[in-house]
Amino acid sequence: MTMVLSSHPIGRTPRRRLGAEIAPSIAYWFATPSIILLVGTMLLPIVVMIAMSFTDYELGALDFSFVGFDNYVSLWGDKTFWRSLLNTAYYVALVVPASVIIGLVLAVMVNGLKRGRRFYQIAFFLPVTSTLIAMATVWKYLLHGKIGPVNHLLTAIGLPGMEFFGDPSLVMPALAIIGVWSLAGFNMVLFTAGLTAIPQELYEASAVDGIDNPIERFFTVTLPMLGPTTMFVIITTSITAFKVFDTVAVLTRGGPQGASDVLLYVNYLEGFQYMRIGLASAITVVFLGIILLLSLVQAKVLERKVHY
Amino acid sequence: MSRPGSFFMRMGLTPGQIAMHAFLLACAFAMLFPFYWMVLTAFRPSQEVFSATFHWLPQTFVGFDNFREAFAKAPLLRFMANGAIICSGILAVQLLTAIPCAYALAKYEFRGRNLLFALVLFALCVPVQVPALPLYMGLAFTGTLDSYFSLMLPFFLSVFAIFLFRQVFRSFPDDIIHAARLDGMGEMEILWRVVVPSASPAIAAFAVFSITAHWNDLYWPLIVVTSPELAPPPLGMMYFSDTDLGSSFGALMAAATLLTAPLTILFLFAQRHFVQGVTMTGVK
Repeated sequence: MTMVLSSHPIGRTPRRRLGAEIAPSIAYWFATPSIILLVGTMLLPIVVMIAMSFTDYELGALDFSFVGFDNYVSLWGDKTFWRSLLNTAYYVALVVPASVIIGLVLAVMVNGLKRGRRFYQIAFFLPVTSTLIAMATVWKYLLHGKIGPVNHLLTAIGLPGMEFFGDPSLVMPALAIIGVWSLAGFNMVLFTAGLTAIPQELYEASAVDGIDNPIERFFTVTLPMLGPTTMFVIITTSITAFKVFDTVAVLTRGGPQGASDVLLYVNYLEGFQYMRIGLASAITVVFLGIILLLSLVQAKVLERKVHY
Repeated sequence: MSRPGSFFMRMGLTPGQIAMHAFLLACAFAMLFPFYWMVLTAFRPSQEVFSATFHWLPQTFVGFDNFREAFAKAPLLRFMANGAIICSGILAVQLLTAIPCAYALAKYEFRGRNLLFALVLFALCVPVQVPALPLYMGLAFTGTLDSYFSLMLPFFLSVFAIFLFRQVFRSFPDDIIHAARLDGMGEMEILWRVVVPSASPAIAAFAVFSITAHWNDLYWPLIVVTSPELAPPPLGMMYFSDTDLGSSFGALMAAATLLTAPLTILFLFAQRHFVQGVTMTGVK
């Protein structure tokens, strides 16, 4: 699995392929179903979506007209759109550092164990596979202002109870806690793969150099060697966090007072509830732009990883 | 006299190891607490839910009352059956389309191969929310919204599967393909009977990855499904938590327990594939 993670140089070794000897028509037959689906369910819809972002189309309307950049101009002046963008950025800023650091610490510690690795890996990965919607309702209960155990704990240690989903300043952190919980195990697995790729000799060499303290060893050997993996995990987590939707849709619906409006949720409301296809498409274009930008950085990181 | 120290040492438990176990156990406790709380509440009477004191175990035993209430309130088994139908339909089409395409990209030389691969790489970055609006409109115009087909359509093509299987097939030795050709096997037969079996670990890992993703997906079902009897588990859970929640936390947690159970069980039986699946997303 490490082999796969460390990626391949794409087409770096030109070698003669088998297909060169036989009629390539079979290759087209093999690829055709996928090509049809690729065009029909991905490329064409994207083109249509971009085109619609320049119209005032509303679902059910009989006609529509091209309005140029009007949708983008109205987004620029739209408070809800900016609030959703800021809320999403805030969510990413909370979730990414916490889930990456927790994932890293768990991976390094579990990897350092002599016994019981498997148990901890299962325990920490369980949240990743669980149905987030179902677990979100559990979290709503856990963080409930009156009957939630988290508030029981807070009051038990003398802190005031908190109404996590009722307080505009607490709702994003509360959603972020759920996000970190569901992502940390995923990052742990990615870091574990990175850790097993570090050659043992490096640790032996560092021991020869007199580095015996595990914490010192972590900062002189492990962390630098995990550099590319860390970059990769940060960006992957950013993309996932940027797509936050489920917990908002189920738990807060953007509330209270729009404090948890996130980009995809606002997009969903505009497109599928208010049926303003033109405006929703413009939001989707912005969303796609940000995702592609992040993916570009990710591709650069992967490319660099190959040279390590 | 027995010396516990030497016993721990033999177990590989130095003070450092014990400290690490203590720390990790505390972390595992925090991570698993929501599951514990879910199951606990599913077995508690509702008046205990609202009591202000904290208890580790139910104070009165109510058996499966909450589960009975949950089943009475919503067709939970139907939700799960829907999840199974959707996941298997998606997975079947994904494998049938992605495997030949990946093989063509890995082992054949043809015009447009690089373009196709570039498009696959581009599509890898695009989440379902991007083509969602036009797909929704297309389904609306053809009158196919609110059907199993509409639930599966955007996921029939998995560019991730194409990308992954292409990597795996590339490392399959050309000599074996040659030999099979000399034996008179057709290209199709070579692919499905010689190459694909060798890729079964990757296929298993992808299957687990795909099932998890689509069992848990909310966004697309929320958009295309309006009849509750077509809802997959997350949407069913959402309906469930929308109907009067206040009085029956117990039933809600019972429903959550049931709807998370299939994947949790799958995970416990196929952890290796799960972990491999995640690691493979490393290339995504």
